[in-house]
Amino acid sequence: MAASAPLEVKEPEVEEVTGLSRPWKVIVWNDPINLMSYVAFVFQKLFGYSKEKAHKLMMDVHTKGKAVVASGPREKSELDVFRLHEHGLWATMENDS
Amino acid sequence: MGDDGERQLSAARWKSPLRRSGPGTYTVAFGAEDRAVLRALPAQLGAAIAAKPEDAVFRRLFPPAYANDAIAEEEYRSMVQPDLDEARALALTTLAQTADATELSEEQLDAWLRALNYIRLWLGTLLDISEDEPEEEPEDPAHLLYYLLTAWQELVVSVMSGED
Repeated sequence: MAASAPLEVKEPEVEEVTGLSRPWKVIVWNDPINLMSYVAFVFQKLFGYSKEKAHKLMMDVHTKGKAVVASGPREKSELDVFRLHEHGLWATMENDS
Repeated sequence: MGDDGERQLSAARWKSPLRRSGPGTYTVAFGAEDRAVLRALPAQLGAAIAAKPEDAVFRRLFPPAYANDAIAEEEYRSMVQPDLDEARALALTTLAQTADATELSEEQLDAWLRALNYIRLWLGTLLDISEDEPEEEPEDPAHLLYYLLTAWQELVVSVMSGED
């Protein structure tokens, strides 16, 4: 294709963009009461993860004490945490700012 | 996490009280004594929640979303707590009201699953359950109830995962 005259594009400030889009991380923490099978089941049910991925995340929680199970914008992360709390899992959210 | 349900599962499965009977339907064959337990426990937890205990039990049932930001946590809490309370109450009510049912829908069994978990979180926190296997399993009524609920929850997960 032929190159047309360059369009005047106003570049957004980089900091502004990263500040707005920096994803929040949803973290599930290990606890002694939630069952391993249940935790993996909840990951599949809420996030649509494959059985393998849900099992791996559950094992990360179990052996490492926590795992990032989802990430995204703040509102979505709050909803994820809400749904995890609805299922009795120990979930928190944070970002790096 | 707890995995002692596995041990209890072999004993509980002997009775096979939960079976998938079709797409989204399950048959329940719990005995009368078990059903009486399932019917009674939701009200007991409901009363405990209503009393709003300011201790580990309460924190376990309502963990913070923002662990390191008190202001964000307060905003979040005021926004979601009514919905969390409603969802929890609905699951507990469903368990109590369907404790005698011989057939459950997917939605009802999902309520059982969450209700059993709420009750285990409450009871397990009161009993200070840890991940370490005790050398000798306590055999007092409260621990036996906790293990029984654990076995039942394993059964529900198993049947809902299609692994029964």
